[in-house]
Amino acid sequence: MNAFVALVHRDLRLAFRQGGDGLMAVLFFVLAASLFPFGIGPEPQLLARVAAGIIWVTALLAALLALDRLFQTDWEDGTLEQLALSALPLELVVLAKCLAHWLVTGVPLILATIPVAVLLNLDLHELPMLLLSLLLGTPILSLIGGVGAALTLGARRGGVLLSLLVLPLEIPVLIFGVAGADAVLAGRESQAQFLLLAGMLAAALPLCPFAAAAGLRQALE
Amino acid sequence: MALFSAAGLAASRGGRRLFQGVGFALEPGDALVLVGPNGSGKSSLLRLLAGFGRPTAGIIAWDDGDIRADLDEYRGRIQILGHADAVKPALRVGELLAFWIALAGAAATPGRVDAALAAVGLERLRETPCRFLSAGQKRRLALARLAAYDRPLWLLDEPSVGLDTASIASLAGMIAEHRERGGMVVLSTHQDLGLADARTLSLADYPAVETGDQDWWAA
Repeated sequence: MNAFVALVHRDLRLAFRQGGDGLMAVLFFVLAASLFPFGIGPEPQLLARVAAGIIWVTALLAALLALDRLFQTDWEDGTLEQLALSALPLELVVLAKCLAHWLVTGVPLILATIPVAVLLNLDLHELPMLLLSLLLGTPILSLIGGVGAALTLGARRGGVLLSLLVLPLEIPVLIFGVAGADAVLAGRESQAQFLLLAGMLAAALPLCPFAAAAGLRQALE
Repeated sequence: MALFSAAGLAASRGGRRLFQGVGFALEPGDALVLVGPNGSGKSSLLRLLAGFGRPTAGIIAWDDGDIRADLDEYRGRIQILGHADAVKPALRVGELLAFWIALAGAAATPGRVDAALAAVGLERLRETPCRFLSAGQKRRLALARLAAYDRPLWLLDEPSVGLDTASIASLAGMIAEHRERGGMVVLSTHQDLGLADARTLSLADYPAVETGDQDWWAA
């Protein structure tokens, strides 16, 4: 437990000191989302209808930005080998790093959603539902991303490969995330979508660390 | 039987068998020095001993049990020092060491961090960000990890690279202390570290052969 906290703490410290990844993801998110009004024209009704979808898709892409470095730097400087010798099983190493990734990119993205939602004329009744769907969905993105990052470790042009690998797997999260937020617009209950999202998170929490740890073992051989 | 031993070890890289038939047996307090020209397989052998990669042939045993039977448990007994120092430029010297101690499952008390830094002469740089360290100081910080927590087997790949004479002497001192406590050391080196009654394994005696062997991952 001690070691787990130490690893999360170290990753947060590195992220804040190097200052890049979280901030970059949020800026990309805000900028990419604000391109849509220019692209599809400033029609408030149209924007309001697609706002949740835009926010989800751009959040998904923004979460990908820093993923290829999740294990890369540790692998290059020999830290990963030391982590393999630590008291922490590799599965928990992965979980700690995914948690740190979510805290550094997922949480700021959720917060940045509020101004972006206003920008896109999102119905303010829908905003709490959208935030809830992101709160359930973004940890899944970090976990699935962790598997991709572990599998592409050491591959040339790993970042592109990682996106190709991870994006299809994230489609179900996108579908239910947007559907959960949009249900309010149609005056429907969104409980089912949120339960499905929560179920996906409950499945990803134990499964993704196992898959990613297997990938890391392969990279260390 | 010996506590840590290897028998009939062979490793292949790209269709070349780097060495074969390598074996040794170590008891608590023993030291084994690997020598041999560049490319003779010293680093590959040390990686195999750390459980990274599978030997083409042979067995590595701890207390007569194959280490690959329970790698996680075995890795809890070793410390490695590779060519990469695992030093993060953005962290302070003391923070990095405290992190490693916590990761090893020990309590990272300030006293423990200071003692380990003092062992390699870095105690005055505790609050210095690692990006300001010289190559030799980074190496010493990596060595401080050895002093920071106790593991019975040290696997050191050219630990003296980049060190000044005083640091090499203190490295030799650390190794001697470790052996007195009953620890074991396997290290590769190109220079004489002056270790008392250490055994030497020359990989030049096990010349590489072209075999067309496939690497294990291609097999």
